[in-house]
Formats: sequence, C-alpha cells, structure tokens
Amino acid sequence: MTSRTLRANPKLDLWVRFETKGRVTVFTGKAELGQGLTTAIAMIAAEELDVALERVDVRTADTADGPNEWITAGSGSMEQSATALRQAAAEARRRLLELASRKLGVPIPDLEVADGTVRGGEAALTYWQLMEGRRFEGDVGERAEPKAAEQHRVVGRPAPRREMEELVTTGGRFVHDLERPGMVHGRIVRPPTYDAELQGVDDAGVREMSGVLEVVRDGRFLGVVALREEQAVAAGEALRAAARWTTRPLPCGEDDLVERLTANPRQSLPVIDGAARETDAPPLLPADPATTTLSARYFRPYHMHASIGPSAALAEQSGDTITVWCHSQGVALLKPSLAQVLDVEPDTIRVVHVPGAGCYGHNGADDAALDAVLLARAVPGRPVLLQWSRQDEHTWEPYGSAMLVDLRASLDAEGTIVDWSHDVYSDTHSGRPMPMGETSGLLAAWHRDPPMSRHPRRPSTGFHSGIHRNADPLYTFRRRRIVKHLVDDLPLRVSSQRGLGAFANVFAIESFMDELARAAGADPVEFRLRHLRDDRARDVIEAAVAKAGSTPDGAGRGLGFARYENCKAWAAVVADVAVGDDGVIRLLRFSIAADAGEVIDPDGLVNQLEGGALQSASWALKEQVRFDRNGIQSRDWESYPILTFPEIPEVGTVLLDRPGAPFLGAGEATQGPTPAAIANAVFAACGARLRHIPFTPERVRASRPA
Amino acid sequence: MAGFELTVNGESRRVDVDPATPLLTVLRNDLGLRAAKLGCGLEQCGACTVLVAGESALSCRLPISQVGRREVTTLEGLAEAGGLHALQRAFIEERAAQCGYCVPGILVSAAALLAWNPDPDDEAIRRQLADQLCRCGAHPRILAAVRRAARELRG
Ligand code: FES
Ligand code: FES
Repeated sequence: MTSRTLRANPKLDLWVRFETKGRVTVFTGKAELGQGLTTAIAMIAAEELDVALERVDVRTADTADGPNEWITAGSGSMEQSATALRQAAAEARRRLLELASRKLGVPIPDLEVADGTVRGGEAALTYWQLMEGRRFEGDVGERAEPKAAEQHRVVGRPAPRREMEELVTTGGRFVHDLERPGMVHGRIVRPPTYDAELQGVDDAGVREMSGVLEVVRDGRFLGVVALREEQAVAAGEALRAAARWTTRPLPCGEDDLVERLTANPRQSLPVIDGAARETDAPPLLPADPATTTLSARYFRPYHMHASIGPSAALAEQSGDTITVWCHSQGVALLKPSLAQVLDVEPDTIRVVHVPGAGCYGHNGADDAALDAVLLARAVPGRPVLLQWSRQDEHTWEPYGSAMLVDLRASLDAEGTIVDWSHDVYSDTHSGRPMPMGETSGLLAAWHRDPPMSRHPRRPSTGFHSGIHRNADPLYTFRRRRIVKHLVDDLPLRVSSQRGLGAFANVFAIESFMDELARAAGADPVEFRLRHLRDDRARDVIEAAVAKAGSTPDGAGRGLGFARYENCKAWAAVVADVAVGDDGVIRLLRFSIAADAGEVIDPDGLVNQLEGGALQSASWALKEQVRFDRNGIQSRDWESYPILTFPEIPEVGTVLLDRPGAPFLGAGEATQGPTPAAIANAVFAACGARLRHIPFTPERVRASRPA
Repeated sequence: MAGFELTVNGESRRVDVDPATPLLTVLRNDLGLRAAKLGCGLEQCGACTVLVAGESALSCRLPISQVGRREVTTLEGLAEAGGLHALQRAFIEERAAQCGYCVPGILVSAAALLAWNPDPDDEAIRRQLADQLCRCGAHPRILAAVRRAARELRG
C-alpha cells in the first residue's frame, strides 16, 4: 500500500536527485527541529542507495521544492517521511541498476554497488555517470523492494550527528543567524494584554531616531524597521512607551482556573476506542457498592513551549513575490495562511524552513513569519530579520492547554479493575494556522485593521487527537467510560504543545494506576502487567524496571507507562527521587525503556526520549504560566523558571529494537509517563500524593501525611 | 556613534557603533561571529556567553564601551592551532545537542571552567552550568561531553 505521503508526492524526482557529481540530494517535506531528522533521513538514503553517508545532502521543508508533507508534528517524521524516502531511495537504486545492467551488459543479479559505483565484471559506472545530470522521471511506485533488515549496514548503528561540527565551531546556522545583502532589522510592539485597544501612538519621535527606516502601524499591530539591530531594539522600546492602550481584564486569574475548567460552558463527547463520537456523553453512574471505588482529580496548568531562542523570521518582498525563511513546523500550511491574510495568490509566497531553537509544538514561529512579512512589505526590496523579545515570546506564544482530569475506578475482590471512568476538561490543543474561510490562526492577523477573527474551536474527533490523546488507556478493563470536554471561555491563548492531551491524561492514568495498585495491596508493576494484554507493552515495562536495578538508599521509586496515541512508540519511565524535609523533590535517576519499532538512529532516538522526559519533568516540577486578571505575569525566565543543570537526574535508556517492524514515532513518548513516574516515586518516598502540577515544595509539604 | 578597538579571538578589531550597543550585537552583526546567540537579552539564559579576559561573561547587555581592550573569546576562537578544542571534540563525540541553540554558550562556559579546574567533579560542572538554560533536555549528553573533555585534557 502506498502511504499517504507518497500518494501526495508520487514523483521520484521530489525525493532523490543526483545532480552534483559525487553527491546525492534527498528531500523531506519535514523540518529539522532538533529531533535529528536529517541524520536519520541521511542514514536511510545511504543504506538504500549504497552510498557513503557523507555523500548525502538532505534538503528539508521548502514550499518551492521537494515533497509537501504538511507539518512536522505528532511524532510523524519517521513514520511518514522516512518510510516514504526509504521506498523512493530503493526505487532510485532499482532504476540505476537497470540502467547499469543495460550499459554494462551484465545481468542485475551480477552487479555490485559500493559507494555509488556499480560494478559488473571488469567494468564499472558511477551513479553520476549513469544519470548524466538527468533527473528521474515517473513515480516512486511499489516495484522496488527496500533492503531486508539483515542486510542493513548503516541504519540501527551509531552515526555522527549531522551539522555537529558546524555547531561547535561556528554556532550552526539558525534563522537568527541568516544574513542577506541589504538586510535590516525589525522588532514588534505587542499590546500589553490580549484585548488591549490602541488609543493612540505619537510615533514622530520614533521616526527621528537614528537608523529608523519605518514605523509600521496597522490597527493594533505595531513594529519598527531599522538599519541596525540595536537601533530596532531602541526604537521598539520608544514605540512601546509612546503607545497608549486601554486594557480589558482577563476572564479569570490562575486561582480560578480549576473552577472555570468544570463550571464554564462546554461541549462533551464520548471517546470510544480512542476516537471521540458526535453523540451524547454517557452519564457517570453510581459505582457498584460491591466494589472498592476510588476517585481522584488531576490538574496541569498552562505551560509554555519557552524556546531558548526567540521566535524569528527573515522576510523579503521583491516585486510581487515574498520569501520568508522561518522555523515554522508547517511551511506548507503557513504559505496559504499568509496568502489568505495578505489577500495575495499563494504562489507569490515562498516559505523556507530554517532551524530555530527547539519549539516542542506550535510556538511563535508562524506568528513571527507574518510579523516579518508585514515589516518587509513596508520596506520593499530590503530583507528584514525580525526577532521577538523574550517578553514577546513568554507573553504571546500559544501555551499548552491547562487540563483537569477526573478519574474513578472500581476494584473487585481480586483487585482487578472492573470499571473505569475518565473525564477530561480542557481548551483546544490545536490553534495552528490553517488557510480556512475568513478566519486566521496568526496573531498579527487578529491585530491588523480590519482584524480577522480566530479559527473557530471545535472538538476534534480523530483517533487520539487533542484533548483525548491517550485518554483511552492500553489496559484491559471490563467497562470503560471516557468523556472529553472542550471548555469555552478560558483565559489564555493556546495551541499544540509536545504530547498534547497525552501529557495530563497519562499523568492522571498512571498516577491513578499507582493509587489503585496500593488500594488493591498489589505491587504497582505487577498490577499494571496484570491489566495488559499487549506483549510489547509488557516488555517495555519490564525492561525499564530491569534497567533501574535496585532502588537507591532513602529514595522512592515510581513507574509511568504509555503507548503514545496507543499506536506509536511504547515507553516506560522509572523515576527514583528523594524528598527533603523542606518538600523539595530531588530527581536522582530516570530509567527509560522504549520500543519504537525498527531503530534507524539509536543515538537520536535516545536523545528524543531522554530530552522529552527531562522537559516533562521540568513542566511537572517547576512550571506554570502565572497570570491574574491584569494579564500574563510570566514574562521572563525569572518568572517562569525551568529545570537547570544542578537539578538534572542521571538518565539511562534501553531501546527494544524491532528490525523489520514499522518505524514508530517516539518524540513525545516519554512526555506523559514522566510526571506520573515522579509523582508515584514521591508517594513511595514520603507518602505525599501529588495530583496538581507543578509539584512545588509547598504542595509536597501540604500533601504529606502528618 | 563612536570608534572602539577590541581584541577578539586574538585579533584587533575596530567598530564604529553607539557606545550602548551590547557586545553580543557587535560580535554577531559587525564582526560576523554568530556563535553566541541572543536568547533572552536579559542576562538570564546564558545563550550569549563568551569569555572576557578568560572569564565566562554574558554579552547580551554588556555595553561595548565597557569591554575595553580585554581579550574577548567566542566559540569561534576556541579551536586551537592544532585543531578543535577538547570540548568541541567531546560534544561531537557525545552528540551533545538537540536543537543546539544553547550549545555555543554552554561550550564556552565549560571552557572557562576547564581552564582553571581541569579536574572538576560532577557537582562543579553542574554548578558552572547552573545559569545556562537548555530547553531540549540535552543536559545528560552535555554533562557527559564536559566530563569526557576534562578526562582528555588531563591526558
Ligand atoms: S541572551 Fe544573554 S543571558 Fe540570555
Ligand atoms: S539543545 Fe535545544 S536548548 Fe539545548
């Protein structure tokens, strides 16, 4: 079966080219986000084509060339792009061998390929001699058979990470580092709060400032363009001071959030077999009195993506065409979205992905692209490099949605779960820009005059999408009732953040499994295994426990487990923690096990799993977006602290490699299990049951038995 | 605008800029040394770390007028005549990065540590890097890379 990716991008030439002598260019419509995509893609190409890894150049998402793969999200790069590229590279090799066979007069089975040279008897031809600078015609198709796992020599082995040498010698090349002839600098001035209205701005003084080329005002979108960066920064500050706003309070502050999540109007849909249904949600019936029934409520606050680098973009208008270099995860969606806002033909816009700092979901990248375009249109012919300030980033990015999860479960006399109920309350998890009707997902589009309205929020119904991602656990229960609630009128701007609903759903489920195991007088590991019919799940849990070995003295140990979206990678995290008298949680060690199908780049995979676990630990221990009715109070790293080097645990990871099995996305697999592993470990260490993120020392002290 | 003579990576450089311009901006935009990154501009994240007179320093708010003739070393100046700095080799070896945005600052900060303490224990490394933020969770690899470089430097 041809994949969706190949159906949308069938031409072989979109994937593989031999244009420059001695080099192979392969394409992916995905973006390098720090997940190591280009390394894995190059390994697959080198493997299938039998060329040295060093010969492979990888070109990533660009709306002007290569395949259109929509978006780089949902841990889909390996499943979609790498699988398609493997087929394309195998087809390229098949065609090259056919050609070589004809030219050399040697039957295909007698040909040998080594590093791009095809040998048949005494004669040999290189791929580049065979191609003679031509490009492939026709489709990838299904004729070629990718190599069997036993033949692999490149994939599944350690390989150097691409661009590492450049990174450690010159600092790499991020969108912030781009330079073009005549380039100038831009900064924007956002309103002080979401709904503030611009009363007026006297920008005469700003226009006089040194280096200032343009002050842009369009509705309540304000920006400056200046010759030099420090001039743009200074002019931006002056413009901020010159603007007069009337603000409107947010509908609530952080203290009322839990109440708002359950009290506000909402749409409720049942979740059955992982997908939401457009029917009435079943009521929660009273529990069978013959069972032992537990219920608990879990909470996660709003979290920031909080990229280390500010959102940025370089835009240039020349004639009627606009080019934007940016770190959007979805250049193919951004292009028509920009066209819609600007009311121009999509093909007058080219969007090129250039790495930014890690984004972990939908952050300010797309918004910055529109900002840069709006500034560039004010100075035609001059490329404008726009960078957000730290405060722009912290206060305007779309956050990960706050969530509330109510669980109830009943145990029979044998300690088996017979009844399970899960209600999850949250705002949407998808605010990405889509070219849709009259609405926009781009920030500046809401601020220009006339303003566009936001995309309507609708409950997503897809398999493990949005709020109900991983709400349906892999465990076997006699009865289950799962309901998602899309809550209206919540205060903050939100969108997709690594793991979406899975972070809080798995946190809740896996904490609750621990509570239930204890109520049943069972070992939490054995209790989970008892409720699992899936062998690969059991293997992963057992591997993590084995990796963890014995618990360090004085520490508590906890487990968290999930299969991401119930169809991607399986991951288990064992956390060992110590809890001080002051309530401070010290992370001692994480032991991780994962099964992501066939492993291409083991090092890259481990990096993703461990990085995800540590980021998730940071969310769980330290993070919450602070806000009151006057607006966002988390404006910098001091008011939004994250996990630092002294707080990082030892981390060890085992991969259960499954050669020949499909690649499974793993970039978000440890996000959910980690907070549960920590909470369960804290309970084991000191008896405090943590159900409310972040796990601050005050909460630990308050939850600890006297 | 005013003229400033700087010593950067062993070379004399002259720039004409406003005296309040941060060193980071001058390095990146006037001298084409883009390894040090703008992360926060608030002296809170470490992305802009460089060496000033051998000590690790945040360059995002350091006015160029206060740098004087003190030797400034950026990541670009870390490599020695014989090739890469031990830390650079170790970061490559350990694949100590995800997005990599934090790495230039961290590498320079670690170089400052190893210059005066060639045998740091784990705690000393963590303390040195305490103000260097990494959002990707690349910390374990980074710590391993610093340990590896220290071992190598000690021979
Ligand atoms: S950019 Fe200087 S400390 Fe963040
Ligand atoms: S590797 Fe991305 S911030 Fe450190």
